[in-house]
Amino acid sequence: MSTVTYAGADVEVDAEGFMTDPAQWNEQVAAAIAADAGIGELTDRHWLVVDFMRRTYLESGSAPSIRTLGKASGVPIKELYQLFPKGPAKLAAKVAGIPKPRGCI
Amino acid sequence: MSAKTNGKVPPEPIEKVSIIVSKGSLEGVYPGLIMANGARMGGIEANLFFTFFGLDAISKAKHEHVKVATVGNPGLHLATWAGGIPGVSSLVTHKLAQEMEKLDIPPIPEFVEMIAESGAGLYACQASVDLFGLTQDDFVDEVEDVITVGEFYGLAASGQIIFT
Repeated sequence: MSTVTYAGADVEVDAEGFMTDPAQWNEQVAAAIAADAGIGELTDRHWLVVDFMRRTYLESGSAPSIRTLGKASGVPIKELYQLFPKGPAKLAAKVAGIPKPRGCI
Repeated sequence: MSAKTNGKVPPEPIEKVSIIVSKGSLEGVYPGLIMANGARMGGIEANLFFTFFGLDAISKAKHEHVKVATVGNPGLHLATWAGGIPGVSSLVTHKLAQEMEKLDIPPIPEFVEMIAESGAGLYACQASVDLFGLTQDDFVDEVEDVITVGEFYGLAASGQIIFT
């Protein structure tokens, strides 16, 4: 666990850079994490995924699977991989300020 | 740098995997699919090569009918004679499919489509296709090509090969 400064805010992150306290998140922090992770500027399509990810986590306590993300976020699987080439579930979770998804699917 | 490395150079991460699916039972098909999907989820390039009865997973006629092997499968802890009773294989497959759905694991046809959409390459084995008298039309649209073992090794170059 360590503290990193994103967009002027101090946030707690784990060894892989995932935020450990979702309450410390805001949209400026998300944009800074995205830039840091090599995603670049967040488009409306990115936000659709990030918001869905965060909402699902806050409601259910766990991040959605890729399958659910593809079916329910409004962004199909093919596009998810274009938006987040290095792994949609993992990267969207990071930008959404929630812990790293632990599922195998 | 995490403390775990103890000052040693951390191992190179895996960047590409080529996974061979050679079995046509449910428990023979899923591990390869899960590994391919998991690779793409982690940003790892992935190819899937279906050979022998593993072709059932991408066969339009058979991909919805892949079943658990209930005979000669000691892992089920079911007497061999019981496993051979008509309907037992379907029943066990149905039960397992219900459990998988609870875990958000898709049925094989949907899973194959999902993996293809994630950018993985799907290929059928030329020798098996010839042996069973099949053509590319027998396979789901996501299958890119029917390729020889030599072409497979070409695709797999510089990555890891996993046989299932």
